[in-house]
Amino acid sequence: MEIVELKVNLASPERVPSRDGYGHGLVDAGKMDENVVALGADITASVRVDWFQKEFPERFFSVGIAEQDQMCIAAGLALMGKVPFVTNYGVFLAGRAWDQIRTTVCYSNLNVKLGGAHGGISVGADGATHQALEEIALMRCLPNMKVIVPADAIEARKATVAIAKTYGPAYVRFGREKVPVVTDEATPFEIGKAYCCKDGTDVAIVACGAMVYEALVAAEKLAKSGISAMVINNHTVKPIDKDTLIEAAKKTKAVVTAEEHQLMGGMGSAVLEVLAQNYPVPARMVGVEDRFGESGDPDTLMKAFGLTSDHIVEVAKEVLKMKMAR
Amino acid sequence: MFRNLNEGQLRAKTKELRTKILKMLCEAGSGHSGGSLSSIDILTVLYNKVMNHDPKNPKYPGRDRFVLSKGHVCPALYVVLADCGYFDESHLMTLRKYGSILQGHPYMHKTPGLDVSSGSLGQGLSVAVGMALGARMDKGNQRVYCLMGDGEQQEGQIWEAAMAAGHYKLDNLCGIVDQNRLQIDGFVKDVMNIEPLADKWTAFNWNVIRCDGHDMSSIENAFAQAAAFKGKPSVIIADTVKGKGVSFMENKCNWHGVAPNKEQLETAMCELECD
Ligand SMILES: Cc1ncc(C[n+]2csc(CCOP(=O)(O)OP(=O)(O)O)c2C)c(N)n1
Ligand SMILES: [Mg+2]
Repeated sequence: MEIVELKVNLASPERVPSRDGYGHGLVDAGKMDENVVALGADITASVRVDWFQKEFPERFFSVGIAEQDQMCIAAGLALMGKVPFVTNYGVFLAGRAWDQIRTTVCYSNLNVKLGGAHGGISVGADGATHQALEEIALMRCLPNMKVIVPADAIEARKATVAIAKTYGPAYVRFGREKVPVVTDEATPFEIGKAYCCKDGTDVAIVACGAMVYEALVAAEKLAKSGISAMVINNHTVKPIDKDTLIEAAKKTKAVVTAEEHQLMGGMGSAVLEVLAQNYPVPARMVGVEDRFGESGDPDTLMKAFGLTSDHIVEVAKEVLKMKMAR
Repeated sequence: MFRNLNEGQLRAKTKELRTKILKMLCEAGSGHSGGSLSSIDILTVLYNKVMNHDPKNPKYPGRDRFVLSKGHVCPALYVVLADCGYFDESHLMTLRKYGSILQGHPYMHKTPGLDVSSGSLGQGLSVAVGMALGARMDKGNQRVYCLMGDGEQQEGQIWEAAMAAGHYKLDNLCGIVDQNRLQIDGFVKDVMNIEPLADKWTAFNWNVIRCDGHDMSSIENAFAQAAAFKGKPSVIIADTVKGKGVSFMENKCNWHGVAPNKEQLETAMCELECD
């Protein structure tokens, strides 16, 4: 298994919103390929597409508050050889335009790119209506769709460029709030290739998005109790990296998944689908437990919903008990 | 122009294509008769006299584009595409069968000559807007056509797309409403009234043209007016009869999604032949 050591200061990491990474990545993609175009739906600055708009005004189309139209106009542009990026809040993008994504984009395998903003509970004060907690499940079940949940702003930038370079529909999720930067420019990123960012032998914590940082902190805390935890950055939920996951399960024989999403249908479900069918081991999941979010400041919410390193530690200890009981 | 047929030749062609639609639907045992018969005249004129396209080179970038937003009437489009030479006529009898290149609703990766897949109502006009924007970006002179149903006008997304096309002044885009006044549950005016329809399109900054959707020269003239109009997208509201050409299907909403059986096919053939 490839081990990519992340040089992050866990005690006081630099914090950047992953939406900034998306915004920069979109500009990079625009410079790389003149066919890249972007569609805005009245939240253009909030989802960081204004940077692309400033750089390439003639390649930006405002569509108004009309998510379904936005998706299908993108499909039409893709049919004319463009590489359109549709950016919107994840709830409205994946939810409001789901039939459009399914039938017009995915069925015909059109080259439309989706940027899902405001992913997760950390959206904060706007509350449940704006906190995307179901979109990974909604996107993952669609044939031809790729789904990526970058760990931080740097990875979000790389993921955005990567989906522009790779043919076909793809969804990249990013968040609103500042989150710890765990990767750096040199960290490899490849669609569909998870990597181990901390080696360990007792339990594997498979995480995506901002939960990668929480998993790294949890591993450090577990080490203090004499538990050796592996951490996997599983940024690509689909196509999922079966080999790395099976290898991690074989080595540790206990798995915890961690994500900022409903437990049903998300990254953890995808991981356990692979393991249950290939190498079943005791496993537990950390995520949102079948409930809607609410207003609050992001840190309070992450704690209230159990999306913290402390909760990962607790759950890891439970899964280790399951492993011992076998 | 694909073929320079005169009015009489066009009329003969649509009669022939109507019989093919009914035969393929009968063989399939299911499918949408009413809306296929109401739109076949428009499609025949479009593919023969209006659109710039080449069956020998179905994907050449400079071609005009067609979006069948009301995808359920694909039998009408399939017979037109076969007639133009996009694929062999023998495929028509495989409609809706396992392994067929002719899916129950249009699928672009199986049927040569299809520019886009469809079947979920309300989405096609937005796709056409994207195509028209793309053509304009590349300074191409392709025109984009999109056929919608009148019941389909009830979909909110149609009006999102209408607003966008008006906003961007897409005069390379031409919408067509097959106004057969019926949908599945009954008359459009009873299910959910869409009138005043022309006023709505006008209010969304479109150039509105009306035509008789079963009169060859009226249809041709409407397309010519649309192409000549600059600064706004055009929509042709075509007055049609659902089930046109087969007396027992005409103006009957229960013929929306039903195929004729062998007996009904024979009766229909007699009518079309005698006409
Ligand atoms: C989004 C969506 N909802 C419902 C349907 C089912 N449906 C198929 S045809 C139809 C009626 C269409 O009526 P109209 O647009 O007037 O078409 P036409 O009369 O030309 O057949 C409906 C409701 C569908 N295909 N797509
Ligand atoms: Mg109708």
